[in-house]
Amino acid sequence: MKTIHWFKPLILLILVAYPAMCVVWPMPQMMSTTSTVLTINSKKFTFQSSSKSDILHQAFERYMNISFIPLGKQIQPQLSESFNVTASSGSLTSLKVNVHSSKEELNLDSVENYTLTVTAKGATLDADEVWGALRGRLETFSQLVEPTESGMFQINETKVIDFPRFKHRGMLVDTARHFLDMEVLYEHIDAMAYNKYNVFHWHIVDDESFPYDSKVLPEVTAKGSFNPKTHVYTADDITKIIKYCRYRGLRVIPEFDTPGHTRCWGRSKPNLLTKCYTGFLPNGKTGPINPIFPENYEFMKTLLSEVHKRFTDKYIHLGGDEVLLNCWKSNPDVRNWMVEKGLGNNISLLESYYESRLLGIASNLGYDYIIWQSVVDNNVKVMPSTVVNVYKGGFPAELDRVTKRNFTTILSSCWYLDIYAYGPDWKRYYSCEPFSFNGTQKQYDLIIGGESCIWTEYVDDTNLISRVWPRASGTAERLWSAKNVNSIALATPRIHDFRCKILIRRGIRAEPVTGPGFCEYEFGM
Amino acid sequence: MASIQIIILITLLCQRWCDAGAAVNPNQDAIKAVGNLTKLFVQIDDVSANLTLNSDESYSLSIHAHPQPVAFLHAKQTWGALRGLESFSQLIDATYDGFFIQETKIVDYPRFKYRGVMLDSARHYLTLDVILQNLDAMSYNKFNVFHWHIVDDQSFPFVSLTYPQLSQHGSYTPRHVYTPDDVQMVIEYARDRGIRVIVEFDTPGHSSSWRSIPNFLTPCYSKNGVPNGQFGPINPILNSTYTILEDFFREIKKRFPDQYVHLGGDEVNFSCWQSNPDIQNFMTQHGFGDHYELLEQYYEHNLVTIMEKIGLRYIIWQDVVDNNVKVDPNTVVQVWKTSPSYKAELAKVTKMNLQTILSSCWYLNYIGYGRDWERFYRCDPQDFKGTQQQKNLVIGGEACIWGEYVDSTNLMERFWPRASAVSERLWSSAKVTNVDAALPRIDHHRCYQLIRRGLRAQPINGYSFCQAEYNVVMNHLDRDEL
Repeated sequence: MKTIHWFKPLILLILVAYPAMCVVWPMPQMMSTTSTVLTINSKKFTFQSSSKSDILHQAFERYMNISFIPLGKQIQPQLSESFNVTASSGSLTSLKVNVHSSKEELNLDSVENYTLTVTAKGATLDADEVWGALRGRLETFSQLVEPTESGMFQINETKVIDFPRFKHRGMLVDTARHFLDMEVLYEHIDAMAYNKYNVFHWHIVDDESFPYDSKVLPEVTAKGSFNPKTHVYTADDITKIIKYCRYRGLRVIPEFDTPGHTRCWGRSKPNLLTKCYTGFLPNGKTGPINPIFPENYEFMKTLLSEVHKRFTDKYIHLGGDEVLLNCWKSNPDVRNWMVEKGLGNNISLLESYYESRLLGIASNLGYDYIIWQSVVDNNVKVMPSTVVNVYKGGFPAELDRVTKRNFTTILSSCWYLDIYAYGPDWKRYYSCEPFSFNGTQKQYDLIIGGESCIWTEYVDDTNLISRVWPRASGTAERLWSAKNVNSIALATPRIHDFRCKILIRRGIRAEPVTGPGFCEYEFGM
Repeated sequence: MASIQIIILITLLCQRWCDAGAAVNPNQDAIKAVGNLTKLFVQIDDVSANLTLNSDESYSLSIHAHPQPVAFLHAKQTWGALRGLESFSQLIDATYDGFFIQETKIVDYPRFKYRGVMLDSARHYLTLDVILQNLDAMSYNKFNVFHWHIVDDQSFPFVSLTYPQLSQHGSYTPRHVYTPDDVQMVIEYARDRGIRVIVEFDTPGHSSSWRSIPNFLTPCYSKNGVPNGQFGPINPILNSTYTILEDFFREIKKRFPDQYVHLGGDEVNFSCWQSNPDIQNFMTQHGFGDHYELLEQYYEHNLVTIMEKIGLRYIIWQDVVDNNVKVDPNTVVQVWKTSPSYKAELAKVTKMNLQTILSSCWYLNYIGYGRDWERFYRCDPQDFKGTQQQKNLVIGGEACIWGEYVDSTNLMERFWPRASAVSERLWSSAKVTNVDAALPRIDHHRCYQLIRRGLRAQPINGYSFCQAEYNVVMNHLDRDEL
């Protein structure tokens, strides 16, 4: 974080000196170009590196395709095609990629810095870790390459020094309210990578469905999924998604939200959920997981152990939001048990009790965890390394409170993409500033980033991509680029071009968000 | 046709007698196929009847098992047969054991004869394949008019043979055009589905993109009496204006077979006219004072006279009659405003003895979180204070989707199945109004009639699933082969 402050005056200088519109999205920390143009013959161009990284070499292949999409062509996502381009001499023939560290762990502390230099003498990319190479060579370089009428490509002399402002730049995708096909998820992950997102927060199950294909609790999947044959994610699917993400420098953090948001889990387990009462009798409704039965903690341990084997990230999101405390209160067995345990009639102590047991299970498995703000708002005792996900309104005050208590935190409140309205709401996402409260530097340092959320009550395969993109690009720049890169007027033509020249040409069905207008080549043209 | 097994239960689906219009769901255990259906026999009384406002779209469909399995569709005109085929296709149940259909009898006809969809290809260009996909979706919903708002201020993608400079200079790029072949394809594709194509050339406002024709748009002046380089609505005071319009619309009449054309006429901004000294003189000479609505009237009057001369009937936005322009009795008035109240407007326009269509409550470009299809479903075009004769003059309505934030990337999913709420309102009986009953049916319609047929129709009722979700890969590959 200190580095940013040192570079600040330099950033201002370069932004002033840089007259043309920055076509790269998100805006790099520092970038300068001259008017000198180099041509590139895509047939003769190569990416070179002495690094043995498989991730890097896979990326070279992908980026050969997406850097050099001829004018008027549009590729299908994931279905890579190569084009025959007319041969003639170009003056940029390679991009040399230097990755300094062979470390390839993908975690919160992965280093994504890079420097990219393009001159008539050649192009080089320097990165500390392969993740920076992905961001720099792949993304930024590919966004700088322009197709020309003749079938050649060109790029300006450029120097980019870049690094993300925040290290957690995520998107929550809800596959419980509507099932999302694997193909749509791949396309979506591609789009995230093009926007330099680095966390796929997979909100995989919820009240309405349980598409997680469990082998240790198969009955939960059988009764919880919309259709256990067609609307599930198998262990194999999960492995594929994790691998697909990793190759694009995205971590996958699954969320199993409890004790609330578990309605369909109870269909196969009669004692899992609390029976709600009206007066002296059960009223037929079920509530949160029943915290008084020991077997329910066994259940969670069984589930999380399997999850731990399938998902490789150190973090898991344990939810903890919107617990219907009234249902617990209404149940006489729960009330009696509370008295026996010395919790009196303070229902939030019961929530605390459940959460501490749950967090204990997670810790014992070796997990670090993220939880929704409700958990700490209710004064549950959590590990100091807990990450708090702020999602409710009034978030500047909440960020202040949570960071004062020394918690690491991520912000989602202003980036709920599912709440859409008529018109360019990407501007609101772009303008949402995580540091919009008066805090100390120490507090600001605890805000490690944020997430856009696409809850899917009204979203499925038919409209996920067009609803999310490029609205989520507003958030992407807010989380990567410098704090003072916040002019809507300057961002508007850039997001328009990014949508047309990058997303649509790469086959991402991103919708128009800047009013009447056109792309040189429309989607499907 | 694949063989279809007949289920023994009888279902009655009809225009007059059903309350909720929902098919009886057979108890799965009670299904006992009693035969194989191998043919749908279709009889049309008059195959030569044209596709017009007054086409007969009624049909009767019967499927029975005894004495033999037989399916019979009867319609007065081809257009009714198309509607009946659509209904037949929706009755077929696909299972892992094959296709099934219940014994059924349907007697059906539309409540309203004008059931339209308006697309805007000027604010954003719409690729041909999206327009055709949309026509497919319309036919699955028994819509019968495609109102093509083809040009506007921002762009002129229509290639005119009389004035080729219009698209040469007015389209976004040389690719963002509709050639004569494109237009012909749309017209034929629509006609094959019993859909009329009514093209709109909106004047005198909404016309900036026509600027390549010299001395056609009004030059605006700044306060110091000098032209400021901007142009406003079409210049109503020049005779050449009307020559150009006549030439242009003669071409339109040749190329679009429908009797009607949409002349627009909405939202004319007077400030440019007001600034122009020649127009000021004209106003004085004609005794209009500073009532520029009179100038608008003058323009519209000349325009509709041209239509009469050419032999074109027309639809116009409500502004034209609100402005007291006298129009031909066959004119259709499109009510679009929400303020003043559209119910008052419907009463007013029908009192003038003019046919009218409603769009005010059906602007589907206005999106917001949650279920808005229910609002569309509840809006009834005949719900206003008036005589029966007035109500009979309401001939239908249109679901409109303006293109400021819509193009080929998101048109289909944004428009469907929200527009299906409008399609039922315009086809079905006035008594079919129960939103709770419609909810599972519109979900079923989305999954089976739209998604299963390869169209992107988004979820509109909260969490749900379709047996067969929209297959993204399949549709990418299909598009490649087109």
